[in-house]
Amino acid sequence: MPIIGKLRLLDMADVTLMKTPAETALAQAFESAKTTLPGDVESRSQAFEQFNSRGLPHRRVEEFKYTDLRAMMREIAPFAGVPAADEAKAALASAKALAGVEALQVPFVNGHFMRDAVDFHNLPENVEIVPLAEALASGHDWLAKLSPVKWASDNPVYQLNTSFMADGVMIRIAGPVETPVHLRFVTAAASAVATATRILVVVEEGASVTLFETHESTDGANHQPNDVIEMIAGDRTNVQHVRVNAEGDKALALSTLAAKIGGEALFNSINVVAGSSTSRHQVFALLDGENTNLRVNGATMLKGTQHADSTLVVEHGAPHCESRELFKTVIDNEATGVFQGKIIVPHHAQKTDGRMMSAALLLEEGGSMNNKPELEIFADDVQCAHGATCGQLDEDLLFYLMARGLPKKEAESLLVQAFLGEALEFVENETVREALVGAVEGWLKARS
Amino acid sequence: MLEIKNLVVQIEDKRILNGLNLTVNKGEVAAIMGPNGSGKSTLSYVIAGKEDYEVLDGEILLNGENLLEMEPDQRAAAGVFLAFQYPLEIPGVASMTFLKATLNAQRKARGEDELTTPDFIKRVNAAATQLEIPKDMLKRALNVGFSGGEKKRMEILQMALLQPSFCILDETDSGLDIDALRIVSEGVNALRSPDRAFLVITHYQRLLNHIVPDTVHVMHAGRIVKTGGKELALELEANGYADYRETEAA
Repeated sequence: MPIIGKLRLLDMADVTLMKTPAETALAQAFESAKTTLPGDVESRSQAFEQFNSRGLPHRRVEEFKYTDLRAMMREIAPFAGVPAADEAKAALASAKALAGVEALQVPFVNGHFMRDAVDFHNLPENVEIVPLAEALASGHDWLAKLSPVKWASDNPVYQLNTSFMADGVMIRIAGPVETPVHLRFVTAAASAVATATRILVVVEEGASVTLFETHESTDGANHQPNDVIEMIAGDRTNVQHVRVNAEGDKALALSTLAAKIGGEALFNSINVVAGSSTSRHQVFALLDGENTNLRVNGATMLKGTQHADSTLVVEHGAPHCESRELFKTVIDNEATGVFQGKIIVPHHAQKTDGRMMSAALLLEEGGSMNNKPELEIFADDVQCAHGATCGQLDEDLLFYLMARGLPKKEAESLLVQAFLGEALEFVENETVREALVGAVEGWLKARS
Repeated sequence: MLEIKNLVVQIEDKRILNGLNLTVNKGEVAAIMGPNGSGKSTLSYVIAGKEDYEVLDGEILLNGENLLEMEPDQRAAAGVFLAFQYPLEIPGVASMTFLKATLNAQRKARGEDELTTPDFIKRVNAAATQLEIPKDMLKRALNVGFSGGEKKRMEILQMALLQPSFCILDETDSGLDIDALRIVSEGVNALRSPDRAFLVITHYQRLLNHIVPDTVHVMHAGRIVKTGGKELALELEANGYADYRETEAA
């Protein structure tokens, strides 16, 4: 036994020194990219150094225990260039996610902002959009607002995005905005590409906005998107955010939402996962003012050997805030779900009310779910709770439905819909909610 | 209509039904009475097709078709309806959605067209009015937060909507107050017809004052031990089941 202990120690020492082929490839890619990517080389290099000092996170890094990126990212796909105009046009025309939902379209193809698709002179009232590539090149004032949450800045996936971010937009919401803003990401390349996009949304005091974010890509290619959306929501703001992962079946999709939210605000975010072979969505939320209400939900549908990770850190940085986190995961076949959620309540955040719940439904024997809810509470007058469940469909409920005439598959589908429906019911926009329910139905139909 | 021959059923190695024989004719209302643990609920579950039970012997024929070879949904489409003793709560499924899904599934299984939404709503409203079920109850998740009486009324609403040919009422009177008992019984009586048969399972004669049976069977230790007319229920109410227990002891 002592020998094994020693070996382990050696192994760990090696790991920090030796780079995997993927890490070496990333370092090479960064060397050539840092001079061609727009903006300040210094800040990119700093982010890459931070990433590179630890390398790709692996299972011995607590936050990546269940999603070992070192093992999962064996190869690095080349970063995608700007698509040809007709290719981009075709890609957007065939995009399906939340198609038909009325919204201001802000489209991206292969990780590049399609500025020609946006009529900058006729933007809805209170909306201002600045293309990120140009802003980086010109050293735009708003760049100083990037990275508002330190939990994100310390994260290796985020650091990779900062190192390689090629394009994106910065959006300023100066008041109430009626028309939803739809950030549409389409990767149309036939062979595998990597993308790194960064979105910054600044919602000024008293403003409100609904944001849709959809991500889709071609099947059969090992795409590696790494997208970050950062939001700074001021006091008395109302932000409704719906994100849909409809990536292709071979994609390894990494994503981060970092939000700093002021007082007396309402902030709702939901991530719906139906695509990717591997995905990890990270939410870092900092409640930075009193009496704010945060809701972060997730609805994940997995089959085959899919792997999906939802990782969440909510810091109650001010007293009297309420947060609700509800993550629902349906796992078919041999798929794997991961939920890691942490609510942090510092000393001064008295009267915090936080509730976090992760529930997983395993439809077959081979699936697995890893639940890790955590509370870190330093204040003494708070109400916090977390829960995690993992189970199968209730046999008695199935019998009840079948005894009323529903065939088994239909009975199962109805119960799965009801299960996921709980996470979706907070989506305010009815058309979008129906589209999401439709996505669940589609997933269930494909199953039977 | 329903013919059960020598039915032997066990659950987890425990014998519950011991060679049960029972015939219910078209248009008949048959009551089964019996003490706790005599196998009444098991009989209802086995007819409806619950998986947990192991049928060792015998057959259940509905209009000549062997129910034991069918899945629960196929039995429902063939005309079997079980009003549950404890109707289940289904969070996240609105009662209306549930009703429509079940009705259309049965119509589809029988090769009939799906109902149009206005036609469906008309039928639900008619049944709901008769059973004094308020409309907002139909918008809520099925049985979630319903009182015992509301759940039972919802069962009868489903029965009225699905128009089954063979209805089993499993202790439908349990947990009902006098008014609810009257409403539920009236709902059932309205469905009595020459083409439809009922199997009414109960502990007490009280329900049979409202739903007057044509025949009464006494069940004990997994068998029908006595069959008679509606007066048998009154006799049981007066004397209890002691006679049958003694028979067994002897």
